[in-house]
Amino acid sequence: MARVKFLCDADRCIECNACVTACKNEHEVPWGINRRRVVTINDGKPGERSVSMACMHCTDAPCAAVCPVSCFYTTADGVVLHSKDLCIGCGYCFYACPFGAPQYPKVGNFGSRGKMDKCTYCAGGPEADSTPAEYAKYGANRLAEGKLPICAEMCSTKSLLAGDGAIIAEIYKERVMKRGYGSGMWGWKTAYSDSPTG
Amino acid sequence: MPSSLSILRLAVLKPSFAALALLLVFASPAAAQLSFKPTAEAVQEEKLLNALKEGDKITGRVSIPDGSAANLIQPAGRDWRDFQRSKLPWIGGIAILGMLAVLAIFLMVRGRIRVHQGFSGKTMLRFASFERFTHWLTASCFIILALSGLNVSFGRTLILPLFGPDAFATMSAWAKLAHNYLAFPFMLGLAIMFVIWIKDNIPGKLDWEWLKQGGGLLSDDKHPPAKRFNAGQKGIFWIVIIGGVLMSVSGWFLLFPYLPGDVTALQFWTVIHAVIAMLFIAAMLAHIYIGSIGMEGAFDAMGSGEVDLNWAKEHHALWVEEQQAKGGVAADTPPRAVPAE
Ligand code: HEM
Ligand code: SF4
Ligand code: SF4
Repeated sequence: MARVKFLCDADRCIECNACVTACKNEHEVPWGINRRRVVTINDGKPGERSVSMACMHCTDAPCAAVCPVSCFYTTADGVVLHSKDLCIGCGYCFYACPFGAPQYPKVGNFGSRGKMDKCTYCAGGPEADSTPAEYAKYGANRLAEGKLPICAEMCSTKSLLAGDGAIIAEIYKERVMKRGYGSGMWGWKTAYSDSPTG
Repeated sequence: MPSSLSILRLAVLKPSFAALALLLVFASPAAAQLSFKPTAEAVQEEKLLNALKEGDKITGRVSIPDGSAANLIQPAGRDWRDFQRSKLPWIGGIAILGMLAVLAIFLMVRGRIRVHQGFSGKTMLRFASFERFTHWLTASCFIILALSGLNVSFGRTLILPLFGPDAFATMSAWAKLAHNYLAFPFMLGLAIMFVIWIKDNIPGKLDWEWLKQGGGLLSDDKHPPAKRFNAGQKGIFWIVIIGGVLMSVSGWFLLFPYLPGDVTALQFWTVIHAVIAMLFIAAMLAHIYIGSIGMEGAFDAMGSGEVDLNWAKEHHALWVEEQQAKGGVAADTPPRAVPAE
């Protein structure tokens, strides 16, 4: 099976935040939680670049390694998901995640952050596929319907790519070859130890 | 002779090519100025990553009202994971299991520390009811904090396989609630302990003597003189106060994660909390040991509050004298009558 990944071609990202908005809308993500965000590096300076970032669905995911109740699992496609029924809201996954992906619905008084929420690669959660129960906790399950994540699907400049890691890496490399520059496969080294397939 | 013709043509063409090339060379600086190179100053992920110092992160600007979202990549998360999953089990294992092993060996080699003179049957008040209340308030909170905390650190490895994911998650959620709320009575107890016992716990010359004689730990009949608390007990007092304050400060930041604000600070405080926890638990195991099976007559001090006079004289001779001088305690009685033979 394909190992799916995200790749943001920062030289194409125009910081329109449509991916952020589409994600919130698709999954009816609660107020205060952003599963995806656009970070602009060197904002306002020459050579600034914007990167759309969410959970990278890491290989050997750090969040899964530290979770005290071990509520993460990796799907056959390489998507890192978790069970909100098991999560105790301790915040440990947020400390370990290199990309700040885990989010919490509450401000955190008395350590009651609530159940962790993060990008699901539009793949829902442990509940049965595309059920109301799954939707309520994790949002839409587009993968089960044969569709790719909404953020990448609607990216107007095709900066954000989703799909088989080997294929999107190939697309990116072709682009770099053709135009002669590229600011890098943001997060790949950290998430997948630079391996295009791992 | 088409070939010679072509040679001729080439000979004519060559200089003109050269001229063209020359023209391009001269024109190129102008061309470079005109052409747009979008990559010239563009940030490169690799350069940013390589320039990062330990604990640093790649940050930028976000338009959403969540400052922490501006951290793009924090490779230090991997170090924290390594601490949590690889280092902490060693630290905790060595501290806690090591202490249990030392205590077991000590019990086997030295046995219980007996009251050399035997029990006198007379008792004197060592800890008043408020002191005992404070001790047990803090101690019971500590035990639950320690167990629920250790569940966060090692429950996944040790208990999850026994309970299964659902029961373990339910138990852990309750344990977390207990940990988060019992932290407050624990801190209260700690504060009261500090106030009521500090005056008896200032280190002095006597403590040096006591330590030089090994606290009389190795023999039943020789005990260096001590006031209300000997050097060992003072040590425990300061371990509890300093350890407790470190646990409280670090725990406070974990409890209110928006106070330190930054993920790097939170990582730092969890490491402090976890490491001090392991050392603190190990020290308290020794304290529990000596206050129960380790020493005959010691538990009464915190149980009923009344200790046997002979126990008190052997371990806290100067304190007994002080109390007798104050008149609070019955004056010295002759040694227990030895049954006639
Ligand atoms: C002195 C007794 C205490 C002990 C032995 C203790 C022990 C522990 C341990 C072992 C952990 C897990 C650390 C890890 O695996 O990274 C932990 C986590 C934690 N502790 Fe403590 N702790 C104590 C007191 C406190 C206090 C006083 C507070 C708050 C003011 C506190 C708040 C927390 C929080 C918020 C966590 C994170 C996990 C959770 O939310 O339950 N602890 N503690
Ligand atoms: S990006 Fe963060 S949350 Fe996502 S898999 Fe990696 S460590 Fe886990
Ligand atoms: S917040 Fe939830 S998912 Fe994250 S480490 Fe804690 S229990 Fe696991």
